[in-house]
Amino acid sequence: MRIEAIGCEPNLIKRFALENSTRLDVVRKHGAYDMARKAVTTMSPAAVIDEVKKSALRGRGGAGFPTGMKWGFVPKDSPKEKYLVINGDESEPGTFKDRYIYERDPHLLLEGCLISCYAIGARTCYIYSRGEYKYLIDILDRAIEEARAAGFIGEKLFGTDFSCEMHTTTGAGAYICGEETALLNSLEGLRGHPRMKPPFPAVSGLYGCPTVVNNVETIAAVPWIIEHGGDAYRALGTEKSGGTKMWSVSGHVKYPGVYELPMGYDNLEKFIMEDCGGIPNGRKLKAVIPGGSSVYIMPASDIIGKKVLMDYEGLVVAGSMVGSGGMIVMDDTVDIFESTKNLTEFYKHESCGWCTPCREGTDWLVKVFKRIANGDGRIEDAQLLLDICDNIEGKSFCPLGDAAAWPIQSAIKKFPEDFKKHLVPMLQQDAIAAD
Amino acid sequence: MNSEQPLHSTQFTPNNPLPQEGLMPDSIATFEPEIIREMDMHIAKFPVKRSALIPLMFIVQRERGGYLDPPGVAFLADKLGIRITDVWEVATFYSMINTEPVGKYHIQVCRTLSCKILGAGAITEHCTKRLGIKPGGTTEDGRFSLSEVECLGSCGTAPMLQIGFDYHENLTIEKLDGILDSLP
Repeated sequence: MRIEAIGCEPNLIKRFALENSTRLDVVRKHGAYDMARKAVTTMSPAAVIDEVKKSALRGRGGAGFPTGMKWGFVPKDSPKEKYLVINGDESEPGTFKDRYIYERDPHLLLEGCLISCYAIGARTCYIYSRGEYKYLIDILDRAIEEARAAGFIGEKLFGTDFSCEMHTTTGAGAYICGEETALLNSLEGLRGHPRMKPPFPAVSGLYGCPTVVNNVETIAAVPWIIEHGGDAYRALGTEKSGGTKMWSVSGHVKYPGVYELPMGYDNLEKFIMEDCGGIPNGRKLKAVIPGGSSVYIMPASDIIGKKVLMDYEGLVVAGSMVGSGGMIVMDDTVDIFESTKNLTEFYKHESCGWCTPCREGTDWLVKVFKRIANGDGRIEDAQLLLDICDNIEGKSFCPLGDAAAWPIQSAIKKFPEDFKKHLVPMLQQDAIAAD
Repeated sequence: MNSEQPLHSTQFTPNNPLPQEGLMPDSIATFEPEIIREMDMHIAKFPVKRSALIPLMFIVQRERGGYLDPPGVAFLADKLGIRITDVWEVATFYSMINTEPVGKYHIQVCRTLSCKILGAGAITEHCTKRLGIKPGGTTEDGRFSLSEVECLGSCGTAPMLQIGFDYHENLTIEKLDGILDSLP
């Protein structure tokens, strides 16, 4: 598996290759915590938020919400405690980028947390990771201990009145906890059901207090922004999508891995066919899910020769989304009916059960998929699947329902043949073959 | 009702239980002082004790032979000042919290898309053949449990599985045999 930067200097991943890069004494020699010191001792919280707004940094967890704007929603005059919560749930199929930030440069994340806490006026930061990442939480716990011993976490930091505590905590195997309000419930020791919005977490989040929830990669970008300025960060990418993004590539490519690319990288075809080494075993590219399993699937014909720009706008134009940047590449051996069934089973398993459209809808979808797979497909089943999707999309309590519907809708639209061949009853297929 | 009573009334205790057949603890689990210290370290992270519920469930599960049994649940309710039903409610939501006994080695094969198209099926099949159990089963000697699980965030190194908390990636059948052979 490769970890490298293409089309830009390594920014997020610049310390990944150092020997013992999780150790504080090693990364201190490469500037770790210098930017936290700079922010806390020379900048006002408002100035930090301004730089992040200028940077056009957008949430890297999947929604792409402008980070500076999110921070700006935190009420400054609230007498309540404020919290920063880091979303390290990373359960979107195809996504494995945050994992390598934990594994290779935990102090980068901690420094980003310090600066962000300072900006929003939080004294406490919780880093919530998926339960399966226990070995990574252990790395982070050690890093927090080191940073605390060195005076980077705790009371009166950098000779100022700014104090900041950091704690790791864990989920226990629930995709829904990547949704920010479900995460907050989980963090309060409850089932991971999403909460009604509004109020948004920035106003009423953890324990009813103003809370900012940000993805690991988003926060890891903050030290760079403080070092070089928001404008410089934006200039790495495009006007609306600033900076660089980590893409995790898996499936049928020669070199799967985590790649840091500038936003607006030109283009998706070059990235898959050249940078990732193309499709192995002499097979042909069939389909790509560019941003984690929840986004629209793209057929090869929408990529090859189409100069798809890799940023929030470019992928929307091309008919999909950046999402979490978890790219799944499929060659021509994959039956898109099968791959869509696989993802639908995922959403059925992970539906939290809170709202009816998602709970019953995903269950029904799986039943239809299983019946078709057992050879009892009917020609009207494609329409049935679309009807069920229509009754989930936009009608569920949280975006998990939409995420379950989109892969099916796009797969049926873009790969009708793969569905059709399962929908003609077997007897009829035999008759066609006999002809 | 006495207004001084805390909200998380302990009215549902082993002595005054809810009539939940099969789930009612007949005793409260006890732990060594060092384990209690480990738990207190988690509780100290939060202004509200209940927030430590999931981390503590992992500890109880680890110390009670791999699953959250009724005495363990009673302990957690007591420790965090919540009801026994509150603990069950959360325990049954999260797939990593076992409410039934599991084998000493819990083999969890990722079945989601990237792993699937790179051969997760063959990995599961080999485990099934070698251990003589289907996904969801446990060997008679209690040594192995086998599960198919959803994406573990290891798609770039597919196919993969987790045994307990340990990641095993870039699997082949030979590599899998080596891993299973090396388990103590």
